[in-house]
Amino acid sequence: MTQFSENALPTATFDRPTWTPLLELSTREVFEIMLTTQVHPYTEEANVKDGEFTALVGLAGSICGVLSIRCTDQSARIMASKMLGMTPEEVDSDSWDALGEIANMIAGNFKGKLSGVGNHCMLSVPTIIVGTDYESRSLAGGNTIESIFDFEKKPFWVTLELHE
Amino acid sequence: MSQIRALIVDDSSVMRKIVERSLRQAGLDLSTVYEAGNGAEALGLLDTNTVDLILSDINMPVMDGLEFVRQLQTIPKLKGVPVVMITTEGSESNVVQALSLGAKGYIRKPFTPDQVKEHVLPVLGL
Repeated sequence: MTQFSENALPTATFDRPTWTPLLELSTREVFEIMLTTQVHPYTEEANVKDGEFTALVGLAGSICGVLSIRCTDQSARIMASKMLGMTPEEVDSDSWDALGEIANMIAGNFKGKLSGVGNHCMLSVPTIIVGTDYESRSLAGGNTIESIFDFEKKPFWVTLELHE
Repeated sequence: MSQIRALIVDDSSVMRKIVERSLRQAGLDLSTVYEAGNGAEALGLLDTNTVDLILSDINMPVMDGLEFVRQLQTIPKLKGVPVVMITTEGSESNVVQALSLGAKGYIRKPFTPDQVKEHVLPVLGL
């Protein structure tokens, strides 16, 4: 749901029941188009250690927050190989870059699906974190949507953390 | 036009490779493909190299795609080179601005090779 205030910048009101399927749809579309891969919800219990690669993209404007993707090193490598039409063994540091681009495209696709938000929300260039030995604090008063998908039998997390 | 010299401008090396692959899949006979990580790097390459087609991302560090197109239009020898922007979805205002600055078309990410073909061939008159 998007509400237009008296200010020039429309503000999007967090709406979990609507936004969660839109974020999942954006993820599925990016994987289908760029990796020719269909992804489905991960049905096993996900181990947080399977999130050793993290790509972050900031959103600022009508909605403010961070979209992140976390997955294993091997998953990132396979994602890059599918994007580039290579074998996973041929992929080097491209796996970092590929994960960042996937995060960027999901964020762009998602904001484009929120009526009135697309033109009023900027994306940052992606940042990549390697390793799981870090703590992340939720944004004060913010909301979080997280979906876990299955990629080659491993989980990957798509998380949207929003400022209030 | 038989052989095409293309410049791909994107801060993501993966995306540059994907765009090159898509251009080849579109049937373009690429003789040379130059790559740059941002608009400033691209302008540096164009100082000493000639290209027939430029594909540029919008959201890049150092110099973004909009400023790159704006500067291209001020350089007489580069003004006529067709530029196709590559942008994430939901950025219509950026697209409108890029077209008003002189870009000839745009492709939205994520994209299929067919979409690249559909948007690039017309600007080359093919």
